[in-house]
Amino acid sequence: MSQIPYDRVKLARDSKRPTGQDYIKNIFKNFIEFHGDRRYADDKAIMGGIAWLDGSPVTVIAIEKGHTSNERVERNFGAPHPEGYRKALRLMKQAEKFGRPIICFIDTSGAYCGIGAEERGQGQAIAENLMEMSTLCVPVLSILIGEGGSGGALALAVADRVWMLKNAVYSVISPEGCASILWKDSSKADVAAESLKLTAEDAKSLGVVDRILAEDDIGKKEYFERIHSLLIDEVNSLSKDPELLQKRYDRFRRIGMVKVEQII
Amino acid sequence: MPLLNFLKPENLLEEGGRSAAPIQSDAGEPEKNCPNCHKDIPLSRLWANQLVCPCGYHFRMKARHRISTVTDKNSYCELFSNIKSCNPLDFPGYEDKLDTVKTASEEEEAVICGTAMIGKQKCCIFVMESYFMMGSMGSAVGEKITSLFEYAIKHRLPVIGFTVSGGARMQEGLLSLMQMAKTSAAVKRHSDVGLLYVAVLTDPTTGGVTASFAMEADIILAEPGATVGFAGKRVIEQTTRQTLPKEFQSAEFVLEHGFIDKIVVRKEQKKFLAELLKMHNGGQKL
Ligand SMILES: [Zn+2]
Repeated sequence: MSQIPYDRVKLARDSKRPTGQDYIKNIFKNFIEFHGDRRYADDKAIMGGIAWLDGSPVTVIAIEKGHTSNERVERNFGAPHPEGYRKALRLMKQAEKFGRPIICFIDTSGAYCGIGAEERGQGQAIAENLMEMSTLCVPVLSILIGEGGSGGALALAVADRVWMLKNAVYSVISPEGCASILWKDSSKADVAAESLKLTAEDAKSLGVVDRILAEDDIGKKEYFERIHSLLIDEVNSLSKDPELLQKRYDRFRRIGMVKVEQII
Repeated sequence: MPLLNFLKPENLLEEGGRSAAPIQSDAGEPEKNCPNCHKDIPLSRLWANQLVCPCGYHFRMKARHRISTVTDKNSYCELFSNIKSCNPLDFPGYEDKLDTVKTASEEEEAVICGTAMIGKQKCCIFVMESYFMMGSMGSAVGEKITSLFEYAIKHRLPVIGFTVSGGARMQEGLLSLMQMAKTSAAVKRHSDVGLLYVAVLTDPTTGGVTASFAMEADIILAEPGATVGFAGKRVIEQTTRQTLPKEFQSAEFVLEHGFIDKIVVRKEQKKFLAELLKMHNGGQKL
Protein backbone atom coordinates (compact mmCIF):
# COMPACT_ATOMS: atom_id res chain seq x y z
CA MET A 1 0.00 0.00 0.00
CA SER A 2 1.50 3.30 -0.96
CA GLN A 3 1.63 6.00 1.62
CA ILE A 4 0.26 9.44 0.90
CA PRO A 5 1.62 12.54 2.70
CA TYR A 6 -1.52 12.77 4.85
CA ASP A 7 -0.74 9.32 6.26
CA ARG A 8 2.55 10.76 7.46
CA VAL A 9 0.64 13.56 9.18
CA LYS A 10 -1.42 10.97 11.03
CA LEU A 11 1.69 8.98 11.96
CA ALA A 12 3.43 12.12 13.16
CA ARG A 13 0.49 12.86 15.46
CA ASP A 14 0.20 9.32 16.84
CA SER A 15 0.12 9.49 20.63
CA LYS A 16 2.06 6.21 20.84
CA ARG A 17 5.18 7.79 19.34
CA PRO A 18 8.02 8.50 21.76
CA THR A 19 7.71 12.05 23.05
CA GLY A 20 10.40 14.56 23.99
CA GLN A 21 10.75 13.11 27.44
CA ASP A 22 11.40 9.60 26.08
CA TYR A 23 14.29 10.93 24.03
CA ILE A 24 15.75 12.76 27.00
CA LYS A 25 15.49 9.64 29.20
CA ASN A 26 16.94 7.23 26.70
CA ILE A 27 19.71 9.28 25.15
CA PHE A 28 21.19 11.39 27.95
CA LYS A 29 22.45 10.70 31.46
CA ASN A 30 21.37 12.50 34.63
CA PHE A 31 19.00 14.99 33.06
CA ILE A 32 18.29 17.80 35.50
CA GLU A 33 15.18 19.73 34.60
CA PHE A 34 15.12 23.49 35.08
CA HIS A 35 11.92 25.46 35.25
CA GLY A 36 10.48 28.82 34.43
CA ASP A 37 11.09 31.78 32.18
CA ARG A 38 11.89 34.16 35.11
CA ARG A 39 9.19 36.47 33.82
CA TYR A 40 5.81 34.93 34.28
CA ALA A 41 5.47 31.16 34.51
CA ASP A 42 6.77 27.69 33.83
CA ASP A 43 5.35 26.31 30.61
CA LYS A 44 5.01 22.54 30.85
CA ALA A 45 4.75 22.16 27.10
CA ILE A 46 8.49 22.74 26.91
CA MET A 47 10.99 20.90 29.11
CA GLY A 48 14.54 22.03 29.46
CA GLY A 49 17.64 21.35 31.46
CA ILE A 50 21.16 19.97 31.42
CA ALA A 51 22.39 16.42 31.03
CA TRP A 52 25.41 14.37 30.04
CA LEU A 53 26.01 13.33 26.50
CA ASP A 54 28.93 10.92 26.43
CA GLY A 55 30.72 12.62 29.29
CA SER A 56 30.05 16.19 28.19
CA PRO A 57 27.36 18.46 29.62
CA VAL A 58 24.76 19.61 27.10
CA THR A 59 21.61 21.69 27.30
CA VAL A 60 18.53 19.76 26.24
CA ILE A 61 15.21 21.36 25.33
CA ALA A 62 12.17 19.34 24.32
CA ILE A 63 8.59 20.06 23.47
CA GLU A 64 6.59 17.49 25.40
CA LYS A 65 3.12 16.37 24.35
CA GLY A 66 2.58 13.66 26.96
CA HIS A 67 1.19 10.16 26.35
CA THR A 68 -1.89 9.69 28.53
CA SER A 69 -4.81 12.07 28.28
CA ASN A 70 -3.99 13.52 31.69
CA GLU A 71 -0.42 14.13 30.66
CA ARG A 72 -1.52 15.66 27.42
CA VAL A 73 -3.80 18.11 29.17
CA GLU A 74 -1.04 18.98 31.63
CA ARG A 75 1.38 19.58 28.75
CA ASN A 76 -1.22 21.57 26.79
CA PHE A 77 -0.86 18.96 24.01
CA GLY A 78 2.63 20.26 23.34
CA ALA A 79 1.40 23.70 22.30
CA PRO A 80 3.74 26.17 24.02
CA HIS A 81 2.85 29.58 25.39
CA PRO A 82 5.30 32.48 25.09
CA GLU A 83 6.74 31.43 28.47
CA GLY A 84 7.88 28.14 26.96
CA TYR A 85 9.86 29.89 24.25
CA ARG A 86 11.26 32.35 26.78
CA LYS A 87 12.32 29.51 29.09
CA ALA A 88 13.99 27.81 26.14
CA LEU A 89 15.85 30.99 25.22
CA ARG A 90 16.92 31.54 28.81
CA LEU A 91 18.39 28.05 28.92
CA MET A 92 20.02 28.48 25.53
CA LYS A 93 21.67 31.72 26.65
CA GLN A 94 22.89 29.88 29.72
CA ALA A 95 24.27 27.13 27.51
CA GLU A 96 26.13 29.78 25.53
CA LYS A 97 27.56 31.27 28.72
CA PHE A 98 28.90 27.91 29.86
CA GLY A 99 29.91 26.68 26.41
CA ARG A 100 27.44 23.79 26.26
CA PRO A 101 26.06 22.49 22.96
CA ILE A 102 22.26 22.69 22.65
CA ILE A 103 20.03 19.86 21.51
CA CYS A 104 16.31 20.48 20.84
CA PHE A 105 13.54 17.95 20.27
CA ILE A 106 10.55 19.36 18.46
CA ASP A 107 7.03 17.99 18.46
CA THR A 108 4.18 20.49 18.32
CA SER A 109 1.11 21.20 16.28
CA GLY A 110 2.10 24.84 16.75
CA ALA A 111 2.48 27.64 19.26
CA TYR A 112 -0.70 27.89 21.34
CA CYS A 113 -3.43 30.08 19.87
CA GLY A 114 -5.02 31.52 22.99
CA ILE A 115 -5.94 34.80 24.59
CA GLY A 116 -3.20 34.77 27.23
CA ALA A 117 -0.64 33.71 24.66
CA GLU A 118 -1.49 36.76 22.55
CA GLU A 119 -1.62 39.09 25.54
CA ARG A 120 1.86 37.99 26.55
CA GLY A 121 3.35 38.27 23.08
CA GLN A 122 3.45 34.90 21.35
CA GLY A 123 4.74 36.56 18.18
CA GLN A 124 7.39 38.52 20.03
CA ALA A 125 8.58 35.43 21.91
CA ILE A 126 9.03 33.43 18.70
CA ALA A 127 10.67 36.38 16.93
CA GLU A 128 13.16 36.82 19.72
CA ASN A 129 14.14 33.15 19.62
CA LEU A 130 14.69 33.27 15.86
CA MET A 131 16.85 36.34 16.20
CA GLU A 132 18.87 35.19 19.20
CA MET A 133 19.37 31.60 18.10
CA SER A 134 20.94 32.83 14.87
CA THR A 135 24.00 34.03 16.79
CA LEU A 136 24.32 31.61 19.74
CA CYS A 137 28.02 30.81 19.71
CA VAL A 138 27.62 27.15 20.68
CA PRO A 139 26.53 24.28 18.42
CA VAL A 140 22.74 23.95 18.10
CA LEU A 141 21.15 20.76 16.81
CA SER A 142 17.38 20.32 16.44
CA ILE A 143 15.48 17.13 15.76
CA LEU A 144 11.87 17.06 14.56
CA ILE A 145 10.45 13.96 16.21
CA GLY A 146 6.74 14.31 15.39
CA GLU A 147 4.86 17.39 14.32
CA GLY A 148 6.80 20.43 13.20
CA GLY A 149 4.02 22.97 13.36
CA SER A 150 5.02 26.28 11.80
CA GLY A 151 6.59 29.14 13.78
CA GLY A 152 6.05 27.27 17.02
CA ALA A 153 8.45 24.58 15.80
CA LEU A 154 10.88 26.90 14.02
CA ALA A 155 11.34 28.84 17.28
CA LEU A 156 13.51 25.91 18.43
CA ALA A 157 14.99 25.04 15.07
CA VAL A 158 17.31 27.85 14.04
CA ALA A 159 20.11 25.34 14.30
CA ASP A 160 23.39 24.27 12.71
CA ARG A 161 21.87 20.91 11.93
CA VAL A 162 18.20 20.04 11.63
CA TRP A 163 17.30 16.35 11.59
CA MET A 164 13.92 14.86 11.03
CA LEU A 165 12.39 11.47 11.69
CA LYS A 166 11.17 9.65 8.62
CA ASN A 167 7.52 9.99 9.70
CA ALA A 168 7.73 13.44 11.20
CA VAL A 169 6.17 16.35 9.31
CA TYR A 170 7.29 19.98 9.09
CA SER A 171 4.90 22.56 7.70
CA VAL A 172 4.04 26.23 7.60
CA ILE A 173 0.39 25.43 8.35
CA SER A 174 -1.60 22.34 9.24
CA PRO A 175 -3.07 20.63 6.18
CA GLU A 176 -6.55 21.11 7.70
CA GLY A 177 -5.94 24.82 8.19
CA CYS A 178 -4.57 25.19 4.69
CA ALA A 179 -7.53 23.39 3.13
CA SER A 180 -10.05 25.43 5.05
CA ILE A 181 -8.42 28.74 4.14
CA LEU A 182 -7.77 27.98 0.48
CA TRP A 183 -10.69 25.78 -0.41
CA LYS A 184 -13.08 26.44 2.50
CA ASP A 185 -13.09 22.71 3.06
CA SER A 186 -11.01 21.10 5.79
CA SER A 187 -11.83 17.63 4.46
CA LYS A 188 -9.43 18.35 1.61
CA ALA A 189 -6.59 18.09 4.12
CA ASP A 190 -5.11 15.19 2.18
CA VAL A 191 -4.78 17.34 -0.94
CA ALA A 192 -3.26 20.13 1.13
CA ALA A 193 -0.81 17.72 2.78
CA GLU A 194 0.32 16.66 -0.66
CA SER A 195 0.67 20.25 -1.93
CA LEU A 196 2.44 21.62 1.15
CA LYS A 197 5.43 19.26 0.70
CA LEU A 198 5.66 18.56 4.40
CA THR A 199 7.32 15.12 4.54
CA ALA A 200 10.89 14.50 5.67
CA GLU A 201 11.95 13.77 2.09
CA ASP A 202 10.43 17.05 0.90
CA ALA A 203 12.06 19.01 3.73
CA LYS A 204 15.40 17.49 2.85
CA SER A 205 15.10 18.24 -0.82
CA LEU A 206 14.15 21.86 -0.02
CA GLY A 207 17.33 22.22 2.03
CA VAL A 208 15.41 22.68 5.28
CA VAL A 209 16.55 19.40 6.84
CA ASP A 210 20.02 17.86 6.76
CA ARG A 211 19.37 14.27 7.71
CA ILE A 212 16.41 11.90 7.81
CA LEU A 213 16.43 9.43 10.70
CA ALA A 214 15.02 5.96 10.04
CA GLU A 215 12.39 4.86 12.50
CA ASP A 216 11.63 1.22 11.77
CA ASP A 217 12.73 0.33 15.28
CA ILE A 218 11.27 3.48 16.88
CA GLY A 219 11.23 3.40 20.67
CA LYS A 220 13.57 0.39 20.92
CA LYS A 221 16.91 0.41 22.71
CA GLU A 222 18.88 0.25 19.45
CA TYR A 223 16.88 3.15 18.07
CA PHE A 224 17.90 5.51 20.88
CA GLU A 225 21.48 4.16 20.80
CA ARG A 226 21.72 5.02 17.14
CA ILE A 227 20.55 8.60 17.71
CA HIS A 228 22.88 8.81 20.71
CA SER A 229 25.93 7.97 18.66
CA LEU A 230 24.88 10.20 15.75
CA LEU A 231 24.51 13.07 18.19
CA ILE A 232 27.94 12.51 19.70
CA ASP A 233 29.61 12.58 16.30
CA GLU A 234 27.73 15.62 15.09
CA VAL A 235 28.20 17.64 18.29
CA ASN A 236 31.92 16.84 18.25
CA SER A 237 32.38 17.97 14.70
CA LEU A 238 30.27 21.14 15.17
CA SER A 239 32.21 22.03 18.32
CA LYS A 240 35.42 22.12 16.32
CA ASP A 241 34.05 24.32 13.54
CA PRO A 242 35.48 27.86 13.67
CA GLU A 243 33.03 28.98 11.00
CA LEU A 244 29.98 27.83 12.93
CA LEU A 245 28.07 31.14 12.98
CA GLN A 246 28.76 32.07 9.38
CA LYS A 247 27.64 28.60 8.29
CA ARG A 248 24.47 28.84 10.38
CA TYR A 249 23.68 32.18 8.76
CA ASP A 250 24.35 30.80 5.28
CA ARG A 251 22.30 27.68 6.00
CA PHE A 252 19.13 29.77 6.32
CA ARG A 253 20.24 32.54 3.97
CA ARG A 254 20.12 30.24 0.95
CA ILE A 255 16.68 28.75 1.63
CA GLY A 256 13.95 29.94 -0.70
CA MET A 257 13.28 29.92 -4.39
CA VAL A 258 12.77 33.10 -6.38
CA LYS A 259 12.89 34.28 -9.95
CA VAL A 260 15.68 36.82 -10.38
CA GLU A 261 15.28 38.95 -13.46
CA GLN A 262 18.29 40.55 -15.04
CA ILE A 263 18.39 44.29 -14.61
CA ILE A 264 19.16 45.85 -17.96
CA MET B 1 -9.04 50.24 28.21
CA PRO B 2 -11.15 52.37 25.93
CA LEU B 3 -12.72 50.40 23.15
CA LEU B 4 -11.39 52.49 20.33
CA ASN B 5 -8.44 54.45 21.54
CA PHE B 6 -7.83 55.97 18.18
CA LEU B 7 -10.83 58.19 18.70
CA LYS B 8 -9.01 60.06 21.42
CA PRO B 9 -8.82 63.81 20.68
CA GLU B 10 -5.06 63.78 20.06
CA ASN B 11 -5.65 61.55 17.09
CA LEU B 12 -8.44 63.56 15.56
CA LEU B 13 -7.41 64.91 12.27
CA GLU B 14 -10.01 67.56 11.69
CA GLU B 15 -11.88 70.09 13.72
CA GLY B 16 -15.17 68.95 15.11
CA GLY B 17 -14.31 65.35 15.76
CA ARG B 18 -16.27 62.26 15.03
CA SER B 19 -19.86 63.30 15.49
CA ALA B 20 -19.55 66.77 14.12
CA ALA B 21 -17.42 65.97 11.10
CA PRO B 22 -19.28 67.66 8.30
CA ILE B 23 -18.94 65.52 5.24
CA GLN B 24 -19.45 67.39 2.02
CA SER B 25 -21.56 65.48 -0.39
CA ASP B 26 -20.14 66.32 -3.76
CA ALA B 27 -22.77 64.92 -6.03
CA GLY B 28 -21.60 62.01 -8.10
CA GLU B 29 -18.14 61.78 -6.59
CA PRO B 30 -17.07 58.27 -5.64
CA GLU B 31 -17.25 57.64 -1.92
CA LYS B 32 -15.92 55.08 0.51
CA ASN B 33 -17.86 53.88 3.50
CA CYS B 34 -15.92 54.11 6.75
CA PRO B 35 -16.16 50.91 8.81
CA ASN B 36 -15.77 52.95 11.99
CA CYS B 37 -18.17 55.90 11.67
CA HIS B 38 -20.20 54.33 8.84
CA LYS B 39 -20.27 57.58 6.88
CA ASP B 40 -19.65 57.79 3.16
CA ILE B 41 -16.52 59.85 2.62
CA PRO B 42 -15.71 61.33 -0.80
CA LEU B 43 -12.56 59.71 -2.11
CA SER B 44 -10.90 63.03 -2.94
CA ARG B 45 -11.29 64.05 0.65
CA LEU B 46 -9.79 60.78 1.90
CA TRP B 47 -6.86 61.16 -0.46
CA ALA B 48 -6.22 64.69 0.69
CA ASN B 49 -6.09 63.34 4.23
CA GLN B 50 -3.71 60.39 3.55
CA LEU B 51 -6.62 57.93 3.53
CA VAL B 52 -7.62 58.77 7.07
CA CYS B 53 -11.32 59.33 7.75
CA PRO B 54 -12.25 62.53 9.60
CA CYS B 55 -13.25 60.19 12.47
CA GLY B 56 -9.65 58.97 12.75
CA TYR B 57 -10.05 55.61 11.02
CA HIS B 58 -6.96 54.68 9.02
CA PHE B 59 -7.81 53.02 5.72
CA ARG B 60 -5.28 50.64 4.17
CA MET B 61 -2.78 52.38 1.97
CA LYS B 62 -0.86 51.02 -0.98
CA ALA B 63 2.87 50.65 -0.52
CA ARG B 64 3.89 53.24 -3.11
CA HIS B 65 1.40 55.76 -1.82
CA ARG B 66 2.87 55.30 1.63
CA ILE B 67 6.39 55.82 0.39
CA SER B 68 5.31 59.11 -1.17
CA THR B 69 3.86 60.26 2.14
CA VAL B 70 6.81 59.41 4.40
CA THR B 71 9.90 60.04 2.28
CA ASP B 72 11.34 63.28 0.92
CA LYS B 73 10.14 64.13 -2.56
CA ASN B 74 11.87 62.15 -5.34
CA SER B 75 14.31 60.57 -2.89
CA TYR B 76 13.08 56.97 -3.09
CA CYS B 77 15.35 54.73 -5.08
CA GLU B 78 14.06 51.19 -5.46
CA LEU B 79 16.24 48.14 -4.82
CA PHE B 80 15.81 44.42 -5.53
CA SER B 81 12.73 44.90 -7.71
CA ASN B 82 14.10 42.11 -9.90
CA ILE B 83 13.40 39.48 -7.20
CA LYS B 84 10.04 37.85 -7.82
CA SER B 85 7.95 34.92 -6.68
CA CYS B 86 7.82 31.68 -8.58
CA ASN B 87 5.92 28.49 -7.78
CA PRO B 88 8.63 26.33 -6.21
CA LEU B 89 6.30 23.60 -4.91
CA ASP B 90 4.03 23.50 -7.96
CA PHE B 91 1.25 24.46 -5.59
CA PRO B 92 -2.13 24.21 -7.33
CA GLY B 93 -3.47 27.57 -8.46
CA TYR B 94 -0.54 29.61 -7.17
CA GLU B 95 0.65 30.94 -10.52
CA ASP B 96 -2.83 32.11 -11.49
CA LYS B 97 -3.19 33.75 -8.12
CA LEU B 98 0.11 35.58 -8.60
CA ASP B 99 -0.99 36.84 -12.02
CA THR B 100 -4.29 38.11 -10.64
CA VAL B 101 -2.78 39.96 -7.70
CA LYS B 102 -0.09 41.49 -9.87
CA THR B 103 -2.79 43.06 -11.99
CA ALA B 104 -4.92 44.10 -9.04
CA SER B 105 -2.09 45.55 -6.96
CA GLU B 106 0.03 46.90 -9.81
CA GLU B 107 2.97 45.46 -7.88
CA GLU B 108 5.27 42.55 -8.63
CA GLU B 109 5.68 41.41 -5.04
CA ALA B 110 4.22 41.86 -1.55
CA VAL B 111 7.01 44.17 -0.46
CA ILE B 112 8.85 47.03 -2.11
CA CYS B 113 12.13 48.33 -0.77
CA GLY B 114 14.95 50.72 -1.44
CA THR B 115 16.75 53.75 -0.11
CA ALA B 116 15.20 57.12 0.60
CA MET B 117 15.60 60.34 2.52
CA ILE B 118 13.35 61.13 5.46
CA GLY B 119 13.82 64.67 6.72
CA LYS B 120 17.04 64.87 4.66
CA GLN B 121 18.46 61.74 6.33
CA LYS B 122 19.28 58.68 4.31
CA CYS B 123 17.78 55.32 5.24
CA CYS B 124 16.74 51.98 3.85
CA ILE B 125 12.99 51.52 3.69
CA PHE B 126 10.66 48.61 3.04
CA VAL B 127 6.91 48.78 2.74
CA MET B 128 4.73 45.70 2.50
CA GLU B 129 1.75 45.69 0.13
CA SER B 130 -1.64 44.62 1.44
CA TYR B 131 -3.06 44.48 -2.07
CA PHE B 132 -0.58 41.71 -2.94
CA MET B 133 -1.90 38.52 -1.29
CA MET B 134 -2.36 40.51 1.93
CA GLY B 135 1.36 41.01 2.29
CA SER B 136 2.00 37.32 2.75
CA MET B 137 5.65 36.33 3.10
CA GLY B 138 7.04 33.90 0.57
CA SER B 139 10.59 33.37 -0.67
CA ALA B 140 10.67 36.66 -2.60
CA VAL B 141 9.52 38.77 0.35
CA GLY B 142 12.07 37.05 2.60
CA GLU B 143 14.82 37.46 0.03
CA LYS B 144 14.08 41.15 -0.56
CA ILE B 145 13.93 42.01 3.13
CA THR B 146 17.07 40.01 3.92
CA SER B 147 18.88 41.66 1.01
CA LEU B 148 17.78 45.08 2.22
CA PHE B 149 19.15 44.51 5.73
CA GLU B 150 22.41 43.22 4.24
CA TYR B 151 22.57 46.31 2.02
CA ALA B 152 21.93 48.48 5.08
CA ILE B 153 24.79 46.78 6.95
CA LYS B 154 27.14 47.30 4.04
CA HIS B 155 26.26 50.99 3.68
CA ARG B 156 25.74 51.58 7.41
CA LEU B 157 22.16 52.75 7.06
CA PRO B 158 19.15 52.55 9.37
CA VAL B 159 16.11 50.59 8.24
CA ILE B 160 12.54 51.85 8.41
CA GLY B 161 9.96 49.13 7.72
CA PHE B 162 6.19 49.30 7.30
CA THR B 163 4.63 45.91 7.86
CA VAL B 164 1.28 44.56 6.74
CA SER B 165 0.81 40.84 6.47
CA GLY B 166 -1.62 38.00 6.85
CA GLY B 167 1.39 35.78 7.63
CA ALA B 168 3.45 33.26 5.75
CA ARG B 169 2.53 32.45 2.16
CA MET B 170 1.28 28.91 2.48
CA GLN B 171 1.59 28.24 -1.25
CA GLU B 172 5.35 28.14 -0.69
CA GLY B 173 5.10 25.74 2.25
CA LEU B 174 8.25 25.28 4.30
CA LEU B 175 10.16 27.72 2.14
CA SER B 176 7.93 30.52 3.36
CA LEU B 177 8.32 29.39 6.98
CA MET B 178 12.10 29.51 6.64
CA GLN B 179 11.96 33.17 5.57
CA MET B 180 11.15 33.97 9.20
CA ALA B 181 14.52 32.57 10.26
CA LYS B 182 16.35 34.09 7.33
CA THR B 183 15.04 37.63 7.84
CA SER B 184 15.52 37.39 11.62
CA ALA B 185 19.18 36.47 11.21
CA ALA B 186 19.71 39.47 8.94
CA VAL B 187 17.93 41.80 11.39
CA LYS B 188 20.20 40.46 14.15
CA ARG B 189 23.34 41.18 12.16
CA HIS B 190 22.11 44.69 11.40
CA SER B 191 21.38 45.23 15.08
CA ASP B 192 24.72 43.80 16.22
CA VAL B 193 26.67 46.38 14.23
CA GLY B 194 24.83 49.17 16.03
CA LEU B 195 22.34 50.26 13.40
CA LEU B 196 18.79 51.42 14.00
CA TYR B 197 15.70 49.57 12.83
CA VAL B 198 12.25 51.10 13.26
CA ALA B 199 9.13 49.10 12.39
CA VAL B 200 5.73 50.64 11.81
CA LEU B 201 3.00 48.02 12.12
CA THR B 202 -0.01 48.70 9.95
CA ASP B 203 -3.31 46.89 9.58
CA PRO B 204 -3.05 43.91 9.76
CA THR B 205 0.33 42.66 10.96
CA THR B 206 -0.07 39.01 11.90
CA GLY B 207 1.35 35.49 11.75
CA GLY B 208 4.87 34.85 10.58
CA VAL B 209 5.68 38.52 10.05
CA THR B 210 4.68 39.38 13.62
CA ALA B 211 6.72 36.37 14.77
CA SER B 212 9.80 37.64 12.95
CA PHE B 213 10.93 41.04 11.69
CA ALA B 214 7.88 43.06 12.81
CA MET B 215 8.65 42.38 16.46
CA GLU B 216 12.44 42.59 16.16
CA ALA B 217 12.84 46.33 15.67
CA ASP B 218 14.60 48.60 18.15
CA ILE B 219 11.55 50.85 18.10
CA ILE B 220 8.13 49.46 17.23
CA LEU B 221 5.37 51.88 16.21
CA ALA B 222 1.86 51.14 15.01
CA GLU B 223 -1.00 52.91 13.31
CA PRO B 224 -4.16 53.49 15.35
CA GLY B 225 -6.60 50.61 15.22
CA ALA B 226 -4.24 48.27 13.35
CA THR B 227 -4.65 44.55 14.06
CA VAL B 228 -1.40 43.25 15.51
CA GLY B 229 -1.15 39.64 16.62
CA PHE B 230 0.23 36.19 16.00
CA ALA B 231 -2.72 33.83 15.62
CA GLY B 232 -5.86 34.73 13.70
CA LYS B 233 -8.92 35.68 15.73
CA ARG B 234 -11.01 32.92 14.20
CA VAL B 235 -8.44 30.28 15.12
CA ILE B 236 -8.26 31.58 18.69
CA GLU B 237 -12.04 31.52 18.98
CA GLN B 238 -12.12 27.95 17.71
CA THR B 239 -9.31 26.86 20.03
CA THR B 240 -10.59 28.54 23.19
CA ARG B 241 -14.34 28.54 22.44
CA GLN B 242 -14.46 32.08 23.76
CA THR B 243 -15.68 35.25 22.12
CA LEU B 244 -12.93 37.77 21.86
CA PRO B 245 -13.38 41.37 22.93
CA LYS B 246 -13.51 43.87 20.09
CA GLU B 247 -10.23 45.56 20.99
CA PHE B 248 -8.35 42.20 21.14
CA GLN B 249 -5.14 42.37 19.06
CA SER B 250 -5.59 46.05 18.23
CA ALA B 251 -2.56 48.32 18.27
CA GLU B 252 -4.00 49.86 21.44
CA PHE B 253 -4.23 46.36 22.99
CA VAL B 254 -0.62 45.43 22.19
CA LEU B 255 0.55 48.85 23.42
CA GLU B 256 -1.21 48.25 26.71
CA HIS B 257 0.40 44.81 26.99
CA GLY B 258 3.84 46.22 26.43
CA PHE B 259 4.73 44.98 22.95
CA ILE B 260 4.99 48.22 21.01
CA ASP B 261 6.49 51.59 21.84
CA LYS B 262 3.95 54.03 20.50
CA ILE B 263 0.96 54.58 18.28
CA VAL B 264 1.58 57.28 15.70
CA VAL B 265 -1.17 58.65 13.48
CA ARG B 266 -0.41 58.69 9.80
CA LYS B 267 -0.02 62.38 9.28
CA GLU B 268 2.58 62.56 12.08
CA GLN B 269 4.66 59.63 10.88
CA LYS B 270 7.12 61.40 8.60
CA LYS B 271 8.01 64.05 11.15
CA PHE B 272 8.24 61.42 13.87
CA LEU B 273 10.52 59.11 11.87
CA ALA B 274 12.75 62.06 10.92
CA GLU B 275 13.07 62.99 14.58
CA LEU B 276 13.90 59.40 15.54
CA LEU B 277 16.61 59.24 12.88
CA LYS B 278 18.02 62.54 14.11
CA MET B 279 18.05 61.34 17.73
CA HIS B 280 19.97 58.27 16.62
CA ASN B 281 22.62 60.18 14.75
CA GLY B 282 21.11 59.26 11.40
CA GLY B 283 20.52 55.70 12.60
CA GLN B 284 23.76 54.60 14.18
CA LYS B 285 25.76 54.60 17.38
CA LEU B 286 27.50 57.83 18.29
ZN1 LIG C 1 -14.87 57.25 9.76
